[in-house]
This record gives sequence, C-alpha cells and structure tokens, in this order.
Amino acid sequence: MSQVLVAGVGAVSPAGWDADCLRGGVARGKSLVPQSIDGPPGLGHLRGLPLPPLGPPRSWTGHPRLRRSTALAQQVVAAAIEALGTAADDPDVRRTMGIVVATTIGCVNYSRRFYEEVLRDPATASPLLFPETVFNAPASHLAAVLESEGPNSTIVGDEGAFLQALGLAAAWLAQGRVQTCVVVGAEEQDWVIADAMRQFPGDKVHAAGAGALCLRRGAMSNGNVALELITDSFCFNHQKERRDAAQRMYAALDVSGPSECIADPRPILGEAFNAATAWQCILACDAIRAGSRATASVGVVGTNQQAIGARFVRAVGKPPPSRADERRY
Amino acid sequence: MLIRSLPTSPVRVAVTGAGIVTSLGIGWPANAEGFRAGCRAIRGVTLFDVSRQRSKLAAEVDLPDWASVPGVSGRDQRRLSRGSRLLLLAAHEALEQSGWERAGPLPVIIGTTSGGMASGEEYLRRALATVPSRRGQASRVVQFNAQQQGLDVCRILGVPGSVLVISNACASGANAVGEAFQMIRSGLARRVFAGGCDALCQLTFAGFDSLRALSPSMCRPFETGRDGLTLGEGAAMLALESMPDAKRRGAEILGEIAGYGAASDNHHLTQPHPEGKAALAAMRAACGAAGVTAAEIDYVNAHGTATMQNDSSEAVAINLLAEADAPHLSVSSTKACIGHLLGGAGAVEAVVALMTLRGQWLPPQSQIQTPDPVCRFHVVNRPMDARVRTVLSNSFGFGGANAALLIRRFE
Repeated sequence: MSQVLVAGVGAVSPAGWDADCLRGGVARGKSLVPQSIDGPPGLGHLRGLPLPPLGPPRSWTGHPRLRRSTALAQQVVAAAIEALGTAADDPDVRRTMGIVVATTIGCVNYSRRFYEEVLRDPATASPLLFPETVFNAPASHLAAVLESEGPNSTIVGDEGAFLQALGLAAAWLAQGRVQTCVVVGAEEQDWVIADAMRQFPGDKVHAAGAGALCLRRGAMSNGNVALELITDSFCFNHQKERRDAAQRMYAALDVSGPSECIADPRPILGEAFNAATAWQCILACDAIRAGSRATASVGVVGTNQQAIGARFVRAVGKPPPSRADERRY
Repeated sequence: MLIRSLPTSPVRVAVTGAGIVTSLGIGWPANAEGFRAGCRAIRGVTLFDVSRQRSKLAAEVDLPDWASVPGVSGRDQRRLSRGSRLLLLAAHEALEQSGWERAGPLPVIIGTTSGGMASGEEYLRRALATVPSRRGQASRVVQFNAQQQGLDVCRILGVPGSVLVISNACASGANAVGEAFQMIRSGLARRVFAGGCDALCQLTFAGFDSLRALSPSMCRPFETGRDGLTLGEGAAMLALESMPDAKRRGAEILGEIAGYGAASDNHHLTQPHPEGKAALAAMRAACGAAGVTAAEIDYVNAHGTATMQNDSSEAVAINLLAEADAPHLSVSSTKACIGHLLGGAGAVEAVVALMTLRGQWLPPQSQIQTPDPVCRFHVVNRPMDARVRTVLSNSFGFGGANAALLIRRFE
C-alpha cells in the first residue's frame, strides 16, 4: 500500500544551520538567550534570537539567483537541500518535484526596507528590493537552484500554515502530480516583527529559521516514517473560539491535549511561526525513527487563524528494494 | 484528511456561484456589461500620493456603502481592510447565487499577493514616527495578515470553512481556483469556495513603478508600442462543487472547470522565458486535463499585462499551443479594461470566462490599433457575439508561477 513517506528533513534554527544543530539545541533543554535587535530609537529595546553565521560555503551559496535574495530565501534553500539529501543530485527528481513553502511573515526585511525608501522618496525606491518582497520569491529561488519545473506554491497563514502545506503536498502526491515534494516552513528576522509581537500579551521571543520535510510516495517498509494524517483546519476569530478549535483539533488527532503531542521547541528556540512548526514535525519524525514512539502527533494552536494537527507513524512492512535515499532517513 | 488512494474516475467540477468586484463595478451584471463593451475603467490614483511616481493611473474600485452586504456590524465597518471589503462583496454574491447551505465542510482557498498590505504600511509609518504610538498597532498587525480577509468573509457570511491562502504572485487567483478544482476532481472535497483578491496599496504601486513596469499612459496589451501595465484592484469568488452534487440539488450551473495546469519558469525572478516554455506547459496541461485540443478552444483570456516581455512570451506560447490554428484563435486581455489585479486577476478572469460562456460574446480590447506582429492569433478589438464553448484563461506571475484554467460551457 502506498503511503506518504518522510524521506528526509532539514533545518535552520538559532541553534545552527542543519537538523543536527536543531536536535542538539533541543536536547540541551536550555532556552537560548535573546539578543538585542537594532530598530528605530523611539521603539526602545527589541530582542530576538538571531541565526548564527552560516559558516563555510555550501553547494548553493554561489548560485546566481541567491546573490541579491533575502535571508528567507537562503534559509529555505538550506533546509530544503538538506531534506532532499541525495535526491537533490538526481536531475529527474529535481525537475519534476513539487515545492511548497509556508510562511507567516514572508520577506519582511526587504519589504520594510523598500517601503522606508518609498516613504523617503518613491521616485528613488530601489527596483532591486521590490521583486524580492513577494511572498513566493523564496520558493522561486529554490526552484531555480534545484532546476525544478514542477508544481510550486507558497502558503501564507499563521503557525498552522506549515501543516496546511503538508496537506497540500500530500494531495499532490495522492493526485499523482508529483512523486517527491519538499515542504518548507520559514521565517526571517526583522525589528518590525519583534515590535509587532510586543503588541500582544505573552513573552514570546522573536526567532528566525526554516524547517523542511521531503515527502515521497512509496511503499511501506520497516523503519520508514509516514505522514498519516493532517486534520481539518479548525478556524477561529476569538479566544473562546480558539479554545474550542483546539479541543476539536486534539480530538481529531485522538489525543487529550498538548501533553500527548511532541513537545513544542519554541520555549527553547523562540517563536519562529511556521519554521518552528516545521521543527516540531522534524522532532516528531526523529522520535519515531529512534524507536521511542510508534506514532507522534504535532498539534498547532495558531495565533490568529486555526488549530490544526498532524500525525506521523512508523511504517511497518516488507523492506523495499535497496535504495540509498530510503536508508538515509 | 487521511492520506489515501483516490478514486480512479475524475469527478467533474461545476461552478454554481460567482461573485466579482472590479473597477467596472460591483457584481456580475455591471461587470458583464463593461467587459462586453470593452469599457476602460482606469483613472488617476486617489488612494495614496503618486505625485512622485512615473505613473499616476490605476483601476480603483468605487466601494459601495455597507448596505450592499447584510450582517456587517458597525465595528466591522470601522475595522475591515479594503481587501476584506472587496472579498466580502464578491463572496456574498457568489454564495447567494450558489444557494449553498452554510452548514457542513466548506474549504475556502484564496489567492492574494499583498493581503492587508495597507495596514502593514500604516503600522510601519507609525512605528517610524519620531514619537511612536502603540494605539491601534495590534489591530493593524491582525489586519495585515493575508489570512484575515478570508477569516473576515467566513465569519461575516457564516461560512464554516478552513482558510487556505495561496500567494504565488499574479498566478495566485488561478492557483486557488485550480487547487479547488483538483480537490473536487480527486474526491478530496465535494465543494470548495475559491477565488482571489488584491487591494491597491502604495508599496506595490511604487514597486512596479520602480521597475518601470507601469505604463505612464494607457495599458495596451499586445499592442506593438505597448509600454507597461496598469494596476487594478478587485476580487472574485467561485462556488465550486462536484457536478453530480450540483445536478442532484438542481443548482444553476454557470460553467464547468474542466482543466488546470501549473508550471514553474526558472528563467528569472520577474521576467518570463522569452519562449514561454512554462506558460505553454501550463496551457497544455490544462487542455490535457480537460481532454481538449487547441483547435477546440474558442477564446483565450490572456494574462496580457501589456509589458513587452510578458506579452511577447505569452504570444509565442499561444502560437505554439495553437500551431496552424492560431490565426483562427480569438484572444484578448481584459486587463485593458480593469488593469492588473495581481493575486485577484486569475479568479476575476475565470469569472470573465464564465461570462463569455454564458453570454456567447467575446470581450474586446477596444483601443488596440496595431497588434504586435508576434501575435499570429486574432486579438479581439471590437464587441462581438460568438460561439463560445471552451475558454482558456492564463495567469503568469513573478517567481515563474504559471497557471492556466480550461473552462467549459455547461449544456
């Protein structure tokens, strides 16, 4: 029986530029220390968790499409290529694969900088900045780096949008439109977001990063991690509705509440909206792969749109013919 | 939604409701009359200061008073963003026409490029002020989020839906309708409410102007001397459901979404490949899904932005699609009437396609004088009645997003 398998994962987080850094940061169990973010003098102290430097160049860092791109695009590419693993080396896989990127904030840094130029003088606002402000610019750059011509979509929403993106990718796989699909949740850092977060109750720390899952349709076999379920998206408009939506989502996941789901890494790594949801999914897959769980649920009660959940399971079945990429994750 | 195998027989997809808002007016009748006559609804920008911009023109919507949509509270009237207002008007019309029960699963898919950008602009202006004020900033954050417009529509109109927002630049609206089509066709849903919306905002206007993409004079798609696009605003929503369900409940069927194609163009972030390869792939995929040959297409509603690059590459792609039949193929771009609605364009133009199928006419570009020689097809240049059974609607965007919808008359 064909399933939607998780063939690989990739991550960029305040802990570092790959999934092992994510795992190490979460395993240490200590919240990272926020640092100051430079913003307009009148706004006072703004804080966030920045990404560490990238380090040595990667295979993609010299790509022409990334020369003037946003930090968000580079985070998307880094996470996606790690998730694809050796599949990124196969031109046939790359050409036909699907790409879905989920984000709440989008390319906020360039948007903010471009609009500041508009406010100063629209006649001289930079044409280099504007194209990179569109929500789908990172997905486009990723497609260019991978030379992918397949379906490509950017989903915008609250923290649950990454699970909506997984659902869209799973639909593409089920419809036969793609055989492989990389799904990325990504957010970038900017003072305007740190300030926006301060407008609401709570003590969330603004963070940035990306998380990616490579989904592939394949036969069940021992050790594979499969995406079994994406719940309906339970929308809400008010806090009371939010609680109701959360309860319905947990019921759809067949769990009692967050305590039965994979722990949220946000208290350690910061609030990075859809990137953080992707990190949580990576940790769910890790738990199954490590054998500590047969199923792992991710329940997201978003800030202002939806409660939505996902369930990953350990696939059980006959081993498939030997394939390097199936042994990789 | 469980991951599972899907039915082997594709489900046909009916359109049982359509709502539209453009600078031509509010609702189907006003827009059908305007598109049929080839009216141009473009004027000087009034929503923000364009005195320092190269272009001064846009297709603004004259928003009506709130009596047009019942159930809008006084608080909503003060708070709703311009985008929410546009979408609400279109959604109300579509839902009323569909006759749908508001109970039961109803996914909502919306395409947009800027969401509530005007609220974001105001947020930033206040944050940059010498003495920043926090008053109203939380509300602006909420209104800025792209999903807020869909949530507003669902709440006010009592739609019990999930909201999925697709932002693939100028293909967003077509992608939204296309994904809704795929959901029903593959049995993942029995009905979906889908469309697109974008409101004019200063950032986007200045952005296109900075690229020298805006025409300082008149938007003339496929004209030899064309000099750029004109931005517009508006919204459209379509009620899509399985054909068996539509027939069973005796719904009026406006048309059938018969095919959808999407492809990525990696040539450049903002420029299409000169040979229109991805555009051609999207069009062929839409035709293939519908089981339609190019010879059977009666009309193409082109993306036709009136930039040199888009229209040239799209013309090449249409020529290749139609091959020897190109001289007999009727093509026009309704952006000559209402400007480029960005994320709303694909959905609005899908409704235009439905209008031509229902009314049996072709929308003209009345101002075109000398079509670009690259166009081997016929650019409709005067109002005309026609036999219209099959319409192809193109939407191509920044980031290489290419989408095409094949829409068929229901008989």
